[in-house]
Amino acid sequence: MFKSQALPEYRATIDTDKCIRCKRCIQNCGWSVYSWGGDRVQIETSKCVSCLRCYHYCPTEAIEILKEETTYKPNAYWSYNHIRNIKRQAETGGIPLMGMGSDREGIILFDHLLLDACQVTNPSIDPLREPMELQTYLGKKPSKLEFKHDKKTGKRKLTTKMPPNLKLTAPIIFSPMSYGSISLNAQKVLARTAKECGILMNTGEGGLHEDLKPYTSNIIVQVASGRFGVNPEYLNAGVAVEIKIGQGAKPGIGGHLPGEKIPLEVAKTRMIPVGTDALSPAPQHDIYSIEDLRQLIYALKEATNYKPVSVKIATVHNVAAIASGIVRAGADIVYLDGFRGGTGAAPGIIRDHLGIPIEHALAAVDDRLRQEGIRNEASIIAAGGIRSAADAAKAIALGADAVAIGSAALQTMGCTMCGKCYTGNCSWGITTQRPELTARLDPEVYAVRLSNLIRAWVHELMEVLGALGVNAIESLRGSRERLRGIGLDAQTLDILGVKPVGR
Amino acid sequence: MFEIDAKGKHFRDLNAEVREAVDKGEKEISLKNVNGQYYIATGLCGKLDITVEGVPGNDLSAFMDGPTVTIKSNAQDNIANTMNAGKIIIHGNAGDVLGYGMRGGKLHIRGDVGYRVGIHMKGAKRQSSTIIAGGTAGDFFGEYMAGGVLILLGLDSEENAPIVGDYLGTGMHGGAIYIRGPVEQKYCGAEVGVMETNEEDAKILKKLLKEYCEDLDLDLDMVMSRPFKKLIPVSSRPYGNLYSY
Repeated sequence: MFKSQALPEYRATIDTDKCIRCKRCIQNCGWSVYSWGGDRVQIETSKCVSCLRCYHYCPTEAIEILKEETTYKPNAYWSYNHIRNIKRQAETGGIPLMGMGSDREGIILFDHLLLDACQVTNPSIDPLREPMELQTYLGKKPSKLEFKHDKKTGKRKLTTKMPPNLKLTAPIIFSPMSYGSISLNAQKVLARTAKECGILMNTGEGGLHEDLKPYTSNIIVQVASGRFGVNPEYLNAGVAVEIKIGQGAKPGIGGHLPGEKIPLEVAKTRMIPVGTDALSPAPQHDIYSIEDLRQLIYALKEATNYKPVSVKIATVHNVAAIASGIVRAGADIVYLDGFRGGTGAAPGIIRDHLGIPIEHALAAVDDRLRQEGIRNEASIIAAGGIRSAADAAKAIALGADAVAIGSAALQTMGCTMCGKCYTGNCSWGITTQRPELTARLDPEVYAVRLSNLIRAWVHELMEVLGALGVNAIESLRGSRERLRGIGLDAQTLDILGVKPVGR
Repeated sequence: MFEIDAKGKHFRDLNAEVREAVDKGEKEISLKNVNGQYYIATGLCGKLDITVEGVPGNDLSAFMDGPTVTIKSNAQDNIANTMNAGKIIIHGNAGDVLGYGMRGGKLHIRGDVGYRVGIHMKGAKRQSSTIIAGGTAGDFFGEYMAGGVLILLGLDSEENAPIVGDYLGTGMHGGAIYIRGPVEQKYCGAEVGVMETNEEDAKILKKLLKEYCEDLDLDLDMVMSRPFKKLIPVSSRPYGNLYSY
């Protein structure tokens, strides 16, 4: 057989002294790395993606997954990935596909931002003993409030009609991941957790499966260019509708769910033939302008009796002007998905070279909407590489109303960011539709883990607020005075609207 | 027949009035003096008959699930956007981007249609979409088509005169397009195979066109008198080899 010149990335090893020949590794590996050789387990290491499923399920700790040490001659200019991709392309003539967000090295602004804390002159608050408010409302806020004075009772009554808002117990939601790109069980984990924690999950563009109906009060339904699974029942099922224009991992290109991930059940919800590639066209062919976007926003509002509409875009060079257009088109929520945003499948060249990071985009959009006096017209959701509650706090200080997390949520289900989601072989049962693999992901069990994560982040956010001496997330929102930049140039600081440390 | 006068009304008020009538149980609604109002019959469900007098605006019957809408004049863009079930009959011409992502139901147009008609139409065994246009069509007819049936008749054109634009069926991966006129492969997407129709096709066409002719008062024999070309995807995975895994 022709041996690929693209070097294997990992080396799966079994200590034969420890191995008890239980074959559990063979069963657990979705990539067929292991097979039974009659008296011992045989290893085909080039198939290993380091998802660590076998490692966790080996009862005798006989398995070790190592980084393959054989490598191309080190070269500071021609990196390992450059050479390996050329080998892959030489063998296939194809565009290298990638899963998950960009792992490229480069400056990560979140890591160059530091939050303030109280000392001496203003007291900090102990969140364990004092109330701390994380409640968040997403949607339009009125530009003024009018009250009527009731002479009889002497009380004031609000007369302004409040626009519809989504109520969250914490400023965290789950990013859109469709049935098809992830398994139904993975969606159930998100839905259960959203309900449990009082937050929201998003269907992505793949329809709403029957089994998710009990959770619809915590679900945003998505409409994208393929219009998969969209009908009036679907639009009205959730608490809001999201129009997906773009995704941070693949700005400007459409969706492409490989045929391997389209079995009968997924084909049925998407209304496409089994085993075809589910193509979401690059543009929505009915949206070529802000006016067209407005038309779709209001079509959805008409069809849902004026539920909030969110518009999701990838953050690109001109993001501030685009976001302003989206708000003026009538969106209630602007969802910004940054350069590091995750994906189930994206061409590597797009993922790693197009778009801008969420930190810059968020600051630019928040600034622009404030300058134009329309910041209250829509909420901003920041997504695309939120790795921790610290990132979330910094994003909120930069101007986000809430953050959306995808990769972090999947990691609670076993994901190790191996990045091979597009193959449909996920050994953890997350990004696969193979029934023997998806059955592993028990929604009840994993919803507990994901709820734990959300609870932990909520506590962390409260700790940060306490240290900042404020008792509501509202007081941190857009408060860039509480941020300082370290190791950043003057221009970046100017864009972010934060002072350097020491000032 | 419940009548609503649309004269001078904003789409929001007009459509709220229509929804109110539907909620009250009206099954036959007639809209008079319609003049460009958007979103008529958008999101409406169930068995209803809606007649539109005047020219309705964009996004007519978006996400519609069941009603029959009859338009006695021309209509504009984005009709039957992601429509799920029901029927739309248009006696005049219609604009661009008709039946985008349409999942089911029928769109019968007597006259010409614009660009990007039938993009990403869908269909499965239980539920399938059909668009029939009596005149000519612009570019990108049936782009990304995933299912359903798209028929173009060229009723007012000379025999052998071109009736459809460029990039026909680009990215098509399901469904079928029938063209009652010449089709040159060079104007089709690379994913499209151009075939002669067989008996099975004739049966499908006859069934769909019989209803179309009844709706628009046309003679079925006249419509069937010219040969059709059939366009189907040559691969269910047109971009399967594009990527390296």
